[in-house]
Amino acid sequence: MWGYVTVGYLLVFVVVFAYAIHVLVKGRSLSKQVPPENRRWM
Amino acid sequence: MVPAHTGSRTTRLLGLAVLAGIAVVLVLALAVTGPDAVQGDAARLIYLHVPVAVSMNVGFGLCTLGSVMWLWKKSRWWDTVAVSAAEVGLVFTGLTLVTGMVWGRPTWGVYWTWDARLTTFSLLFLLYLGYLVVRHLPADLEVRNRRSAYVALLAFVDVPIVYLSVSWWRGLHQTATLSLSSTISGLMLFTLVLGIVVSLMGFLWLLVHRFRVAWLEDEVEIAGLDLAISERRAEAGIVEVSTP
Repeated sequence: MWGYVTVGYLLVFVVVFAYAIHVLVKGRSLSKQVPPENRRWM
Repeated sequence: MVPAHTGSRTTRLLGLAVLAGIAVVLVLALAVTGPDAVQGDAARLIYLHVPVAVSMNVGFGLCTLGSVMWLWKKSRWWDTVAVSAAEVGLVFTGLTLVTGMVWGRPTWGVYWTWDARLTTFSLLFLLYLGYLVVRHLPADLEVRNRRSAYVALLAFVDVPIVYLSVSWWRGLHQTATLSLSSTISGLMLFTLVLGIVVSLMGFLWLLVHRFRVAWLEDEVEIAGLDLAISERRAEAGIVEVSTP
């Protein structure tokens, strides 16, 4: 039973971590192409 | 110098709170709470499955709200909310599907069955995947926003059907884990509710970053269009006259 539990938790954290990294990297790449005045959250 | 990323003080604080919350939920879910009387240790997957499902619903609700508001106000901000919420919501839909399948194997004996909840849920995944495909079809920004808003409204019809499917049709999937008639209580209930809160905070963190990425994508596209128009005008010998 613990095998299924471990696989479930690992899958969720690996996918969320990978997606978060993907979004952050894309954000960094796009930020360099946009002038600071158009990045209103800074 | 302005740092080139999508983070801010608020997202950093939120991110730290999410990491701390995950640590607490993991300890509670895997070490402190006991096994369920019926499902045994497989019930520990509920502390993951239900929170990601709740966050997914919030995401699709936000996508619908953003789409309605775009159709009403034609505001770029609301359109960006819609597309960001749809994408993060779709990731959480995939996670709900996978954790449900992993939980289903030891509980039902199969990873997948064409139960009403699972069927309507997989349709939901496909509908929002379709939304993102429509979103990426080449088109003028206003045309893109309008048609994706209509697709979002169509896709959302399946959300209440998914929720009510366990009441409308008899199937393998259990009824709602959290409802007035549910029997979960004590530490198990506390862990589940805390899991939902932490999942929603994590969803919000991802949503804010994805919103900023979507905003930047549009900025780059608009700048590219402006440049292309200027180049065509220059080629045609049209001189732009600036008004005072």
